[in-house]
Amino acid sequence: MTSIKNSSEIEKSSQIEEHHEDFRMFGLITFLIADGMTFAGFFAAYLTYKAVNPLPEGAIYELELPIPTLNTILLLVSSATFHKSGKALLNKKNADSQKWLLITASLGIAFLICQLFEYFNLPFSLTDNLFASTFYALTGFHGLHVTLGTLMILIISWQTRPNGGIVSFKNSFPLEAVELYWHFVDGIWVILFIILYLL
Amino acid sequence: MLDKNYYLILLISSIIGISFWIGFNVNLLPVEASINAPIYDELFKILFIIGLILFFGMSLIVIYSLFKFRKINGQSGDGIALEGNLKLEIIWTVIPSIIVLIVGLYSYNIYDRMGGMKELNNNHEIMHNNSERIWAGISQNSTNESGIGNLNVEASAMQFAFLFNYPNGEFISGELHVPVNEKISIKMESKDVIHAFWVPEFRIKQDIIPGQPTILNFTPTKVGKYPIICAELCGPYHGGMRASIIVEERSDYENWFNQNKKTNT
Amino acid sequence: MTILINSKNQQKESLQPKGFLRYFSFSLDHKVIGIQYLVCGFLFYLVGGSLASAIRIELASPMSDFMPRDVYNQVLTLHGTIMIFLWIVPVVNGAFGNYLIPFYVGARDMAFPRLNAVAFWLIPPSGLMLIASYFVDGAAQAGWTAYPPLSITTPQSGQIIWILSVLLLGGSSIFGGINFIATILKLRRPGLKLMQLPMYCWAMLGTSILVVLSTPVLAGTLILLSFDIVAHTGFFNPVLGGNVVVYQHLFWFYSHPAVYIMVLPAFGLVSEILPIHCRKPLFGYTTMVFSIMGIVVLGLVVWAHHMFTSGTPPWMRLFFTIATAFIAVPTGIKFFNWVATMWGGKISINSAILFSCGFILNFVFGGITGVALAQVPFDIHVHDTYFVVAHFHYIVYGGSVFVIFSSIYHWFPKVTGKLLNEKLGIFHFAITFIGFNLCFAPQHWLGLNGMPRRVAEYDPQFQLINQVSSIGALLMAVSTIPFLINIFISVKNGKKAGDNPWNALTPEWLTSSPPPVENWKGEAPLVKEPYGYGKTIISEK
Repeated sequence: MTSIKNSSEIEKSSQIEEHHEDFRMFGLITFLIADGMTFAGFFAAYLTYKAVNPLPEGAIYELELPIPTLNTILLLVSSATFHKSGKALLNKKNADSQKWLLITASLGIAFLICQLFEYFNLPFSLTDNLFASTFYALTGFHGLHVTLGTLMILIISWQTRPNGGIVSFKNSFPLEAVELYWHFVDGIWVILFIILYLL
Repeated sequence: MLDKNYYLILLISSIIGISFWIGFNVNLLPVEASINAPIYDELFKILFIIGLILFFGMSLIVIYSLFKFRKINGQSGDGIALEGNLKLEIIWTVIPSIIVLIVGLYSYNIYDRMGGMKELNNNHEIMHNNSERIWAGISQNSTNESGIGNLNVEASAMQFAFLFNYPNGEFISGELHVPVNEKISIKMESKDVIHAFWVPEFRIKQDIIPGQPTILNFTPTKVGKYPIICAELCGPYHGGMRASIIVEERSDYENWFNQNKKTNT
Repeated sequence: MTILINSKNQQKESLQPKGFLRYFSFSLDHKVIGIQYLVCGFLFYLVGGSLASAIRIELASPMSDFMPRDVYNQVLTLHGTIMIFLWIVPVVNGAFGNYLIPFYVGARDMAFPRLNAVAFWLIPPSGLMLIASYFVDGAAQAGWTAYPPLSITTPQSGQIIWILSVLLLGGSSIFGGINFIATILKLRRPGLKLMQLPMYCWAMLGTSILVVLSTPVLAGTLILLSFDIVAHTGFFNPVLGGNVVVYQHLFWFYSHPAVYIMVLPAFGLVSEILPIHCRKPLFGYTTMVFSIMGIVVLGLVVWAHHMFTSGTPPWMRLFFTIATAFIAVPTGIKFFNWVATMWGGKISINSAILFSCGFILNFVFGGITGVALAQVPFDIHVHDTYFVVAHFHYIVYGGSVFVIFSSIYHWFPKVTGKLLNEKLGIFHFAITFIGFNLCFAPQHWLGLNGMPRRVAEYDPQFQLINQVSSIGALLMAVSTIPFLINIFISVKNGKKAGDNPWNALTPEWLTSSPPPVENWKGEAPLVKEPYGYGKTIISEK
């Protein structure tokens, strides 16, 4: 993680030292706002199409709810487990933190497997019609974010290991950053679930 | 020497006077050939005059300042430490806001007189499918939308030509002939990419969008031949994509129509 | 939580390449990155300018006879794309922003120096890729607006490369935006309040908010467009059930704020330049701040004025007319304030001031045609004609580019320690101003009388005016020569500038020229009144 490299380099070569508030989280939040706006564009397109471009006759698809509902539960639970991981780290319990991270990652992987299962069992494909295309674009883009997030969780869980891991109570930013990102991905999913599946 | 204020008033009056003169005497637009055009030109004049006043005023102040307040060689030191003037700032916030509001309302009025707010209610026979979305092109100012004298033509735009289908005569023409002083309604559709239908002399333009038939209504008022110009990039021959609209007397139009219409054998 | 940060020293000084090689390296120094942005941007400006010259050569005759028609469309597409994404946006934001903002907030560097370097280094490959697309299988040829279905039906590879390039450039812009927001809001030195910052900081804050909120929407749109091209989905393809107007809404949601992203930083720079050369405080600091924020808010809700002749309902057209026209109010306030800044000053007539005054005249002109264009009935006649081309060139060239030149004349002494030659500079200004107005003023008439835009052939009645315009373009091209000569001879042999040749008050002038790596020897100065001309100032150390 680049930020970890920063602090060790700082120790070695600093000449002038200045204390600042840690604004890396602020930067991350700004980035997530930008990322959120990409999704906002997709949602806007989806809702406009829904209102203005009716599907051709006989092309209305009911989306089955069990898998996405399971996915929603998986993600919400994973946010909770991630939160537990963060608390453990701040209580200097690296091993516990690592354990919760691995559970979170497994939930993420489970989400992706369910998503793929859903994809394979859908009656429509990417280019069938506008609804299908938008569905795959939205869920696919979100799935990409989940994949990236899961990878980052796995990396962080390695960094959190009790002996020799760089992420610790003193340097908790990497974990907190990935946690915020994960909550963001979770939040997007909830909105997606409501707009795409429930409405 | 007269009072400085006198010169200021003289200057402002000259700017206003010159702007009005230019606005009313310098014609920057092509000939007016539809009911729409004089309404448009009225808006143009007003915007032009306001713009000229503003531009002359600002330019003169800037150029004057460059001369009057320039640093003479050898001078050092600063200008006056003027950081703001609340009264002045309020004036030049409120007055532009009022002008902008008035211009906006005025152009709403113009748009309405051009028929922009009208519901489209035309007898295009082909549009029997109610789910077909009709987008509003400008609907020419008329109190009698579905009255007699309406000529309905269908226009097809494609890369890189316009074709005009006269449903009543069951023929297709590369030229758009219309009788003068009558209400014309064009239903336009594109076969491929986005094109546009623009007749500068009528001051109307409407994008022709694939998948969305669009209606454009107008009433030509001057006999002549005018260009129909494609005004949306549609490919390499976009610059050459144009047709003609021929506005003629009713009798001439009917001659042309009868020569071209499909006769039942 | 506080952490130890030394943003200046992520790189050991001894490992950095020395001299001008450092400008080709992955430097984390905001000053180096700023110059990298400027020079890289200027090179792309020369490319974009050559493309413009090609266009004007073609348009000197009414027939399409200078280059094949599809090549012409590629040329105009690349001209627009390069000028926007590779010249103006990177330079007014990345070049001047990166160089100046840390000085203005009293910091040693930007908040995220590594992100800063990444943001810059995305630009040269994206630009080269875009230009190279011409040689692969033809460049994109659907205009910089890339409207489908045209962008879906033209040759694929050029359009896909265009999309990829713009996505990378948009990403660069977003990274920059994040950096500026964090630096301005979080990195101010102790004792420095927001309302004491130089105006350029406010301009960059507003711009960066627009960047962060609107650029991602463009990214999403282009991703969907690329799906349509490559995977044959039907988002914007009516044949497959899609809607082209949705593309236009999504595209312009970014691209209208994009014009403010190009112009607001220029506004900020003028606010720095005028007070110094007029020896007067910036008039109306507080209202200037509010008007920037007003422009930011309004700028996000006016996009559909680019779509007045598309399929939009009348009520929507009216809403956008009113909202667009209202942007004239905060913008006008800024111009009145600048003129009031000049009034009663002690103005040095030099290149920097002349270009800034040229900016004021040109932009007022362009702003007036803009208010006219905002009115739906007016726009219907001139949409997609040379009237619009004239309008926006008055804004981006007469506006932003004039400010870029003004800023170069103003800050060159600080960056290099040498003064530019004023005679050459004034000559440069004269040729540019005359050439620019000769090129674009007549184009208003062309649009009003029937010449559409993006054409290689036109009605022969327009030939004379087109030739006048092309001569203006030739002058604009020629004007780069005295400028470049000036830069080259002054870098080598210019008169020594000293720390503060303009006797200015803002923090960058309170250090050596060029500044040291850590920006100031010792603590950053606390400048509570950056525009305190005309009074006795106590600048705390």
